[in-house]
Amino acid sequence: MGNITVKKIDTSRPMTFLERIYIWEILRGLWITNRHFVVNMFFHILNLFGIKTKRKGAVTIQYPEEHRGWHRRLRTRHYLARREDDSPRCVGCMMCETVCPANCIYIVAHDHPDPNVEKQADKFTIDMGKCVYCGFCVEVCPEDAIRMDSGHLEICSYTREDMIYHIDRLLEQHHDPSDYKNHEEWMEEYP
Amino acid sequence: MLGELILKTIIIVVVVNTVLAFGGFLTWVERKQSAVMQDRIGANRASILGLRLWGLFHILSDGIKMFAKEEFIPRTDHRKLFLVAPFIAWFFALMGFAVIPFSNTLHVAGYELSLQIANPQIGILFAFAMMGMTIYGLVLGGWASNNNYALLGAMRGAAQMISYEIALAAAVVGPLIVYHTLNMQEIVLWQAKLWGGWLPLWGIVVQPLAFFLFITAGAAGTKRVPFDLPEGESEIIGFNLEYSSMRFGAFMFTDFVEKILVSCLAVTVFLGGWQVPFLTENGFVFRGETLLALSPLVIWLIQPAAFFLKVCVVIYVLMLVRWTLPRFRYDQLMHLGWKIMLPLAFANIVITGFVLLVLKA
Repeated sequence: MGNITVKKIDTSRPMTFLERIYIWEILRGLWITNRHFVVNMFFHILNLFGIKTKRKGAVTIQYPEEHRGWHRRLRTRHYLARREDDSPRCVGCMMCETVCPANCIYIVAHDHPDPNVEKQADKFTIDMGKCVYCGFCVEVCPEDAIRMDSGHLEICSYTREDMIYHIDRLLEQHHDPSDYKNHEEWMEEYP
Repeated sequence: MLGELILKTIIIVVVVNTVLAFGGFLTWVERKQSAVMQDRIGANRASILGLRLWGLFHILSDGIKMFAKEEFIPRTDHRKLFLVAPFIAWFFALMGFAVIPFSNTLHVAGYELSLQIANPQIGILFAFAMMGMTIYGLVLGGWASNNNYALLGAMRGAAQMISYEIALAAAVVGPLIVYHTLNMQEIVLWQAKLWGGWLPLWGIVVQPLAFFLFITAGAAGTKRVPFDLPEGESEIIGFNLEYSSMRFGAFMFTDFVEKILVSCLAVTVFLGGWQVPFLTENGFVFRGETLLALSPLVIWLIQPAAFFLKVCVVIYVLMLVRWTLPRFRYDQLMHLGWKIMLPLAFANIVITGFVLLVLKA
């Protein structure tokens, strides 16, 4: 039973007299917050009278009206791509359904009339309420049929049934680049 | 007699409604000021017909929300006390405004017209008594909640508020020695003097230490951050733990009303009340020269506006402190109250008395 010794390391410097009486430090703190208020209020008032300034009164991004844009590698809601002749690219190979860790994809397929094409999907259902956005389905797809760059991320509904996306809803979506920012633009704004 | 009754009733209605409206307004001010200080925008989503007005409608939506929420009443032996406790605090906080002079007395057609509900000789003692009574609402609420945490919060609150009530009263004794009166209107009238012909001899000039102590103790007495232990938002050991719906709202509103009361007292005792520098009964006078002659009615209207402006400044400072400093620990709180502020207040009394004696001799 030996004694336990703890090595004490004291890196703090002793407080100065002004810091110890505390009041001066309070006033310094109040000065900082007050400066923030006055400076921000100045820019708010300038903006209120329609004077555009580079520096805004607040750093807030008011989300539904404006948003900061998405990185070009962001995975957003799935959609099913089409071929040149507008038919779905999906050949119903079940790869995505198999790989899906959340078990949110459900496919029913039948033979395609064209012998060069394996199958075609009758039902292709994704439960967005279950999806974990891992992107495995996109990685695994041999036909590049399922994609996750639709640019839609605000998926919400009042019922669970509305969260289940059937093949018609998945096919009508396209790649929408408007919310995506290219990397250079992104780095410029948020370095 | 009847005319005076009607007049007083009108003044009471005006004062109470102004205070309540201003209290509601302060909920918005508190949100917005903190937001601007922290580089944010603050609540601005509530709108009527697309009109947002910088979130002013949040006052309304908060009220509607409070009323619409389910009211939960815990199983307790003190159901009546539980129900009535928030309104006890609310009532006494409002009672304090009875003696605050918002303007000078105007003599019109035999009536004394003054925006002051009552003007007793012991005015400031009445205000302090009413402020002290708000503790009852808090303790009764905590006691009747039948919840150990609420009781703990109420006990902490009672200990804190009584401790600082003493410092508050002791801080104000210094100025009272100087003014030689307890009458609120006379306190304000005393501060009309000019020192050296240019510096308004307000309480803050005569008693700077007392002003500082008063503001600090006032913030503590009204449970403001950094002294918000009774409420204890982060650890939820507050006296209002079991309250919901509008009764919780009443407690929260009492806080704002009390804050206005403390600001009004600070303005009356230390910042010259309704006095405007160089504004005499004949208009603006500087070193014996009349710069701008005004009619008594205009002056009588300027005075409440000046009072309001001063109250706004004090409230701004209180809110600045609230959003700058972190909360004190309980032992630090008691240390500050009993070992620092109370001795300082007593020292202030002794020094004031001594200086007055020397000046008299």
